[in-house]
Amino acid sequence: MGVTLETRGLCKSFGALTVADHIDFRLEAGVRHALIGPNGAGKTTFVNMLTGRIAPSSGQVLLGGEDVTRLSQAARVRRGLGRTFQINTLFRGMSVLDNVALGVAEHRGVAGRPWWPASAYADVRREAMALLATFGLEEDAQPRVVDLPYGKQRLVEIAVALGLEPKVLLLDEPASGVPSLESERILLALERLPRDIAILIIEHDMDLVFRFAQRITVLVQGEVLCEGTPAEIAADPRVRQVYLGERRG
Amino acid sequence: MAPGRALRGTGVKSPVGYAADARLRWTEGLPWLAAVAAFFLLPDHLSFGARVLTYILFALSLDLILGYAGILTLGHSAFFGVGAYAAGILAAKLGLTDPVLLLAVAAGAAGVLGIATGAVILRTRGLAQLMLTLAIAAVCFEIANKATPLTGGADGLSGVRITPIFGLFRFDLFGRTAYLWCLLLLFGVWWLVRRLICSPFGATLTGIRENPDRMHAIGAPVYRRLVMVYTLSAMIAGVAGALLTQTNQFVGLNVLGFEPSGELMVMLILGGVGRLYGAFVGPLIYLTAQDVLAKQFPEYWYLGIGLMLVLVVLFARGGLLGIADGLVARVRRRAWA
Amino acid sequence: MEAAASSLVSIAFHGVAYGMILYVISVGLSVTMGLMGFTNLAHGVFAMAGGYILTSSISRFGLGFPLALGFAFVLVATASVVLERCLYSRLYAASELEQVLFTIGLIFMAVAIAQLIFGTLQQPVLLPDALRGQFRLLGREFPAYRVFLIVGSGAIVAALWFGVERTRWGAMVRAAVDNRVMAQSIGINTKRLFALTFALGSGLAGLGGALGAEIIAVQPTYPFEHLVYFLTVVAIGGLGSLRGPFVAALFIGVTDTACKYWLPQFGAFFIYIATIAILLWRPAGLFGVRA
Repeated sequence: MGVTLETRGLCKSFGALTVADHIDFRLEAGVRHALIGPNGAGKTTFVNMLTGRIAPSSGQVLLGGEDVTRLSQAARVRRGLGRTFQINTLFRGMSVLDNVALGVAEHRGVAGRPWWPASAYADVRREAMALLATFGLEEDAQPRVVDLPYGKQRLVEIAVALGLEPKVLLLDEPASGVPSLESERILLALERLPRDIAILIIEHDMDLVFRFAQRITVLVQGEVLCEGTPAEIAADPRVRQVYLGERRG
Repeated sequence: MAPGRALRGTGVKSPVGYAADARLRWTEGLPWLAAVAAFFLLPDHLSFGARVLTYILFALSLDLILGYAGILTLGHSAFFGVGAYAAGILAAKLGLTDPVLLLAVAAGAAGVLGIATGAVILRTRGLAQLMLTLAIAAVCFEIANKATPLTGGADGLSGVRITPIFGLFRFDLFGRTAYLWCLLLLFGVWWLVRRLICSPFGATLTGIRENPDRMHAIGAPVYRRLVMVYTLSAMIAGVAGALLTQTNQFVGLNVLGFEPSGELMVMLILGGVGRLYGAFVGPLIYLTAQDVLAKQFPEYWYLGIGLMLVLVVLFARGGLLGIADGLVARVRRRAWA
Repeated sequence: MEAAASSLVSIAFHGVAYGMILYVISVGLSVTMGLMGFTNLAHGVFAMAGGYILTSSISRFGLGFPLALGFAFVLVATASVVLERCLYSRLYAASELEQVLFTIGLIFMAVAIAQLIFGTLQQPVLLPDALRGQFRLLGREFPAYRVFLIVGSGAIVAALWFGVERTRWGAMVRAAVDNRVMAQSIGINTKRLFALTFALGSGLAGLGGALGAEIIAVQPTYPFEHLVYFLTVVAIGGLGSLRGPFVAALFIGVTDTACKYWLPQFGAFFIYIATIAILLWRPAGLFGVRA
């Protein structure tokens, strides 16, 4: 099992405030890995450093063995790193299909073509539709994404990321803000994700985490508290202490 | 699912995107019909008509970056002015008077300025970017103002002679040649711009305007694409400037500075930003109104324009075309009810 | 040598006077842009209004100079509150393009109204006798009016800085500039804060326009002509900052005066080049609070 995503000694401080403190992290190929921790633990900052949205104060990020710490977001995406956002950042005024198609087109390298109409690129459209179909969203391809119910928007978020054919997928709270009836649908979608992609999921919904993850890392105040299988984490007294009042059996 | 069904919920058929119908609609032929009809029906106003067509071209260039790519600039007149002066200086000082050559040089000069400034300012955003566009335009103005031997300074550059187009069509006093020349160029540029907007590149621009962060996250080379469209827009503005020089056979200092940039924005907002044809409607209405009203009541003209801008921003953000769309949508709803 | 030193002093003096006025006018813009995130290109309109109020009150209503100054401040501040509550506040959430367009529309209207009421010519400023003539300092003669400008602006600046550093209002402004959402959640009434700060900033602009009426000519095209300079002071100084625009204004004042004196054939060319260079080096301004 190769290591597809790794950090070594990753640190980030904003002035006197340290949000990441020497984080060593390994994500292995094909593994479903969850990152949990109380609010303000620095999880989203960590993901932002993984994707290149913010630069670490020190430390390294390695993707597929290659040091990508200096590379831009777009460069990392081209090397197979995909992500979704905690708060929807879709192209609100554009149709659902276009949202996914933009990513597909980038991945296929046709997004910069200036001459033939976009609608003539039938293979891009087909692939985008196929992706939407895997989430049961074929009927919703035409409307603007902002007209969809929030739960479906979260699914579109994931579809967009998949359109980039990532080797590593970072899901930042995919079920956040979604009413519990719809989050089941998201969980099913997650379970159906291709097995060869390594997935890191940040979540607060412990139900989802324990059903989905094969390994769990616990982040508290910018530091890794512990890491292990779900059973190990559930049994760890330090974790129980951190999540006082949120015990899961 | 076939491409071409109107996007539900917007009432607007946009040709942008992978689901859209990019074929020409019959309504898109109307502006050209109207322009040709005007040639025959309004022979006394063709000089004015040429001016309108020139400003439509200029507005098209601004819509490309403002309406589609979302780049806010107050200094677009720099490219217009550079194109105008390039053509003027070549014709008046260097004796190179072939109109096609002048357009090519103007496009080149404006393009060089576009890529040089674009590469630099598109790395910034917000107030810094706005300021830089203003400052660059101000620099161009100062140079034109002070380099009197070359540009004529505040008096403008006269003595611009233009030889017949293709050796055949002389620029006449009634503006007939100028009108058709502008119309031809506008048609060509419009066709190119429309293709660009419907293409995957055009879809990218819309994405960059809507959510630049997201574009980075899907691996798009945002900066490169912005520089490319900025340069193209500069070139088109340069061509428009050169056309104005050819039509007037004169270059005034008022092609540079804040006023033409501001006026152009008013024209575009009036017509509707990001709609391709807003750039057609806006200058036509604005310049016609200006021709009729401003001469009678010059102070009230600016008051009216200012008031219109304020009202448009507060109540009618889509401009005239937006209002038209709203009316059409309302009529349609009633037809179904 | 003597002549060169003399002209250096003269340039520095005039440049500082000009810079101080630029600061008094522009500081309000920096604070409101930093505080409300609103791109207000029409700020120059308030300065122009102040200038017109001063010249009108002296020449048409025979008010004394100090009273006219106070009048300028109060009237402009009051009018700006009305504008802010009725119009500006609707657009706080609007896009930058819309804010720019709206304020350009305001400029057009203001320019037209000024022209209709006052005509296109520059307004003459009738200075009180005390300010005409020269002031002796260190063996040199300086125009009394400019000395007054420097001293007066200095006093205003000191009062402003004191106010922002020491008063509760100032603390609220600083907090809200830093993090508006946070400030709201700790109970700061941002609506009232905005209105008050906007009034103060615009009032200062009016006062600056009135004070500087002799060196920055009061005419209808005022907001257009000086827009670039006011914005430059803020952009170079840094949005939301107080000290940054001060440095920027002095820099612009002195450099502009020097260039116009020594290299008149280049005009404002070097100022613009310097602006471009500084903004490229530091896009957030020299002392920018918000990037």
